[in-house]
Amino acid sequence: MAVVPAAIAVIPFGLLLGALAAQKGLSPLEVALMSATVFAGSAQFIAIDIWTEPAPWLLLTVTALLINLRHLLMGASLAPKIRSFGTGPSLLALFTMVDETWALCEQRSARKQVTFSYMVTMGAVLWVNWVAFTTLGAGIGALIGDPSSYGFDFAFSALFLTLIVGLWRGSRTGVAIAASAVVAVIFHLLFDGPWYIAAGGVAGAIAGAIYGPRHEAATEAAQ
Amino acid sequence: MSAGIANAVAIDPFTFLAIAGMALVTYATRVGGWLATRRMVLSGRALAAMEAVPAAVLTAVITPMVLVTGPAETIAAAITVAASLKLPRLVTVALGVVCVVLLRRLMY
Repeated sequence: MAVVPAAIAVIPFGLLLGALAAQKGLSPLEVALMSATVFAGSAQFIAIDIWTEPAPWLLLTVTALLINLRHLLMGASLAPKIRSFGTGPSLLALFTMVDETWALCEQRSARKQVTFSYMVTMGAVLWVNWVAFTTLGAGIGALIGDPSSYGFDFAFSALFLTLIVGLWRGSRTGVAIAASAVVAVIFHLLFDGPWYIAAGGVAGAIAGAIYGPRHEAATEAAQ
Repeated sequence: MSAGIANAVAIDPFTFLAIAGMALVTYATRVGGWLATRRMVLSGRALAAMEAVPAAVLTAVITPMVLVTGPAETIAAAITVAASLKLPRLVTVALGVVCVVLLRRLMY
């Protein structure tokens, strides 16, 4: 199944996040609660990084919002592809929308219909893995070393690179990628925090608009 | 071991507030873009902009690791892209991870 590489990649990160959270004083139940309700890897890693006791809840909430602003673009892009779901199932399916499942849905939509069960099954597999392994990590704590020593910190970048290759639609994709990369590098170097993600996404969208509509789309519209 | 179990299931009120806040804003971002655009039928340049979003967002997420960390990560990324044209996804990811470990040993 398409979600297997992502489900495996989640395991070392889940263990690590749980272990780091335990070092900051979170109990395994608190880690389980966070993973089950927030279910966003990058936001949770950054939250644990800035975590102090007592929890600075407003700072943590605002930071999570910033990191997850990209979801707005992702949801808008996915909206026409999940139109058949209906409102209730969409609200459930979108809870499971993470970078990996979203990218796989985008890829699938190029070939066939994205179904509710396709999206939610992938989301559920990742959700169960994420909750289980972050909680386990919090329980076994310091037994886990630094994942960068095994190169695991590169696993998600490698996975995302393969997803980007799957999204390739010729030079228009290249232009969007280049615009996003240039703007993301600039924002990453100039500003603290995760602004570079939203900035790169918006830059890629603008580049896409400037490049203009696909020729086939224009032909279809004329017919 | 009752103290150990009590610690394992303890929930601090500020921690609970933080988790609730993070969960709410995260879900809001997940449904927000869909809610705002689900009734729209995009065409022309607006559609072209939306079609560019998937690759652009994924690119932005990995840009610090791939382009700003060092030559080992950038070279490993290039090898990963080349490998993904021929190999299954899981094999490609494993190869990318092995490459970055070897290149880091060589270069740093």
